[in-house]
Amino acid sequence: MKLVKHWIEKIFATITEGIVGALDVFFSSLQKWFGVGSMPYIFVLPNLLIFGVFILFPMLLNFVYAFTGGTDFFPNRRPWVGTANFTRLFECQNFLVPNSCSEDLFWRAVFNTAGYVVAQVTVMVAMSLITALILNRSIKGQAFFRSVFFYPVMLSPIVVALIWKWILQENGLLNAIILSLGFDKMPFLVDANWARFWVVIISVWALMGFYTLILLAGLQSIPADLYEAAKIDGANAWQSFSKITLPLLMPTMLVVLVLSLIRAVQVFDIVFAFTGGGPGTATLYMVQYIYNNGFASPTKQYGLSASSSLVMAGALIVLTMIQLYVRREDV
Amino acid sequence: MGSIGTFLTRTRGYGRFDVVDFATYLYLFFGTIVMFGPILWLVLSSFKTSAEVVKFPPRLLPYRQETVAVKGYDEPLSIYNVTLEDGSTQVLAQVRRIGLEGQMVDPANPDEIIKVHINDRQPVESVVFSLDNFVEGIQSFNFLRYLINSIIVTVFATALTLLVNSMAAFALSKYQFRGSTTIFLVMIGTLMVPLSVILVPVFLVITGVGWNNNLLGVIVPGAATPTGVFLLRQYMLTIPDELIDAARIDGASEWRIYTQIILPLAKPALAVLTIFSVMWRWNDFLWPLIVLSRSELFTLQVGLNSFQGELNVQWHLILAMTVVTLLPITIVFAILQRNITAGIATTGMK
Repeated sequence: MKLVKHWIEKIFATITEGIVGALDVFFSSLQKWFGVGSMPYIFVLPNLLIFGVFILFPMLLNFVYAFTGGTDFFPNRRPWVGTANFTRLFECQNFLVPNSCSEDLFWRAVFNTAGYVVAQVTVMVAMSLITALILNRSIKGQAFFRSVFFYPVMLSPIVVALIWKWILQENGLLNAIILSLGFDKMPFLVDANWARFWVVIISVWALMGFYTLILLAGLQSIPADLYEAAKIDGANAWQSFSKITLPLLMPTMLVVLVLSLIRAVQVFDIVFAFTGGGPGTATLYMVQYIYNNGFASPTKQYGLSASSSLVMAGALIVLTMIQLYVRREDV
Repeated sequence: MGSIGTFLTRTRGYGRFDVVDFATYLYLFFGTIVMFGPILWLVLSSFKTSAEVVKFPPRLLPYRQETVAVKGYDEPLSIYNVTLEDGSTQVLAQVRRIGLEGQMVDPANPDEIIKVHINDRQPVESVVFSLDNFVEGIQSFNFLRYLINSIIVTVFATALTLLVNSMAAFALSKYQFRGSTTIFLVMIGTLMVPLSVILVPVFLVITGVGWNNNLLGVIVPGAATPTGVFLLRQYMLTIPDELIDAARIDGASEWRIYTQIILPLAKPALAVLTIFSVMWRWNDFLWPLIVLSRSELFTLQVGLNSFQGELNVQWHLILAMTVVTLLPITIVFAILQRNITAGIATTGMK
């Protein structure tokens, strides 16, 4: 392992030196022509160019799509329709009944996402807190167990989805176990509620290690002498947990809560490969609704896709504000 | 057994194995099964034959029926333990099966056909970890192409990400120039805006540049990650300015300062970004899904997904290809595990 690591570093270093050497001449002459004062601009330019063209410009363009209609892809050929796309999205007799809305799929996606976010974030925070607390005890093989819980984070969403599809399919491992215990097979991927349940479980399985790690770092930054002082004062385990651990872990908990919220709202790829939004529309979430309208459906509804993405962006901005407020000490 | 007993009853110095300790190890035990079991099951299943894969209830290990070459038959014949009418058992090879009857031959005496009821025969099997599924999957589904595409994307995108982001971070951390605050604030502002929000316009821009169905369309756009700039800038702020001033007095150009002083000193942060970039790019799905529609340009993730969507699901090949997809990232994890976990714990990003 050491040798492999050494060689990777060596190859890496050689490549970097080559590139850097070649660029040396180029940038030195730039400095001669434009002067030292322009160098910072030259340094940010490549990043800014990519950032501007592929992130900032599309963001502005999204508004153009949201306020224009028709099925044409090129903005100059799309008629201005004002807020018609938004009106369409929010045209509902009863907001609680998706069927009464003209864009019923949008509202299904909204409700599915809301349900998913609440369930997933709750399970995620609870499970990663329990796991972090357990890993923080003086246990044997701590590094091993930490890796075990973290490893799924490294896997791609498609791999995660396929692994679980393989286990949960009708003739899969889980149904074999259930059958051998004397129960009937369960329709895990066919039943709407089971599909929703497993989407939550799988995403927690795949991402839990990440939040566990952040919480573990938070736990380890709590000074040990606090616990010793509490013990001398006669505090029991529960008291030192509720009076020391929990309050001091709160900032980290908030970070985990907000991060997992932001990511849960954007759930897409695991579910896309796992259920494809089905059965029916049971696991159709916001991003897939946006993707379907813009790319998958035969009649491309770019306007609806863009306007619904702006609605989602609004929700995300609120969450981001909370995140920045919570983490303001770090920046 | 003794050592396991001591291991299990070891406590934190009170000499008594309490309930909490027991619950801890119980949780870790079941946690390990839940977290690692599915992956182990995937790997074991990927070695199974197509017949064994669809067998229900499934067996843990990849069994494979043994075969024998018999004179007079072109294909190797599968062998069975057969209970004969007189009660004795014999190892026979099956020539063909007609209804409930199997026509068998004795490999030592291939001319004489013995008819056996199928309930009287048991297949002779052994555990074989064969690479057949991997070979077949790679050959029949263009997976080598996908693999190469994924490697190209990951390597070039990571190199570009490191270069572009470290240059910008250097400028934003070590120079005072007009607009630096604005640039930084705009980047921070978009830090949390995900690609999913701007799918349609991004696709338009990529079409406009002429990069759809081009790996460049996957590599370049994600290279200017605000997260990367932010991470590197925060680290570079800790590098003392005196070093830069001293180099400037010695006549070093700004580019020299960047390559000779800043980059070597920012190595820990660069290492973290490298690991993240490799992880992001290798596992990325949504962006290549949008940009690439010609199947010979697919990355592994997109290829694997389109492959599972095909009508008759060939699980034995999908499982093998899933293992191929997760292998590189697993190796990276095994080698760099400590750096990865430390990187995430300190920066809180993924």
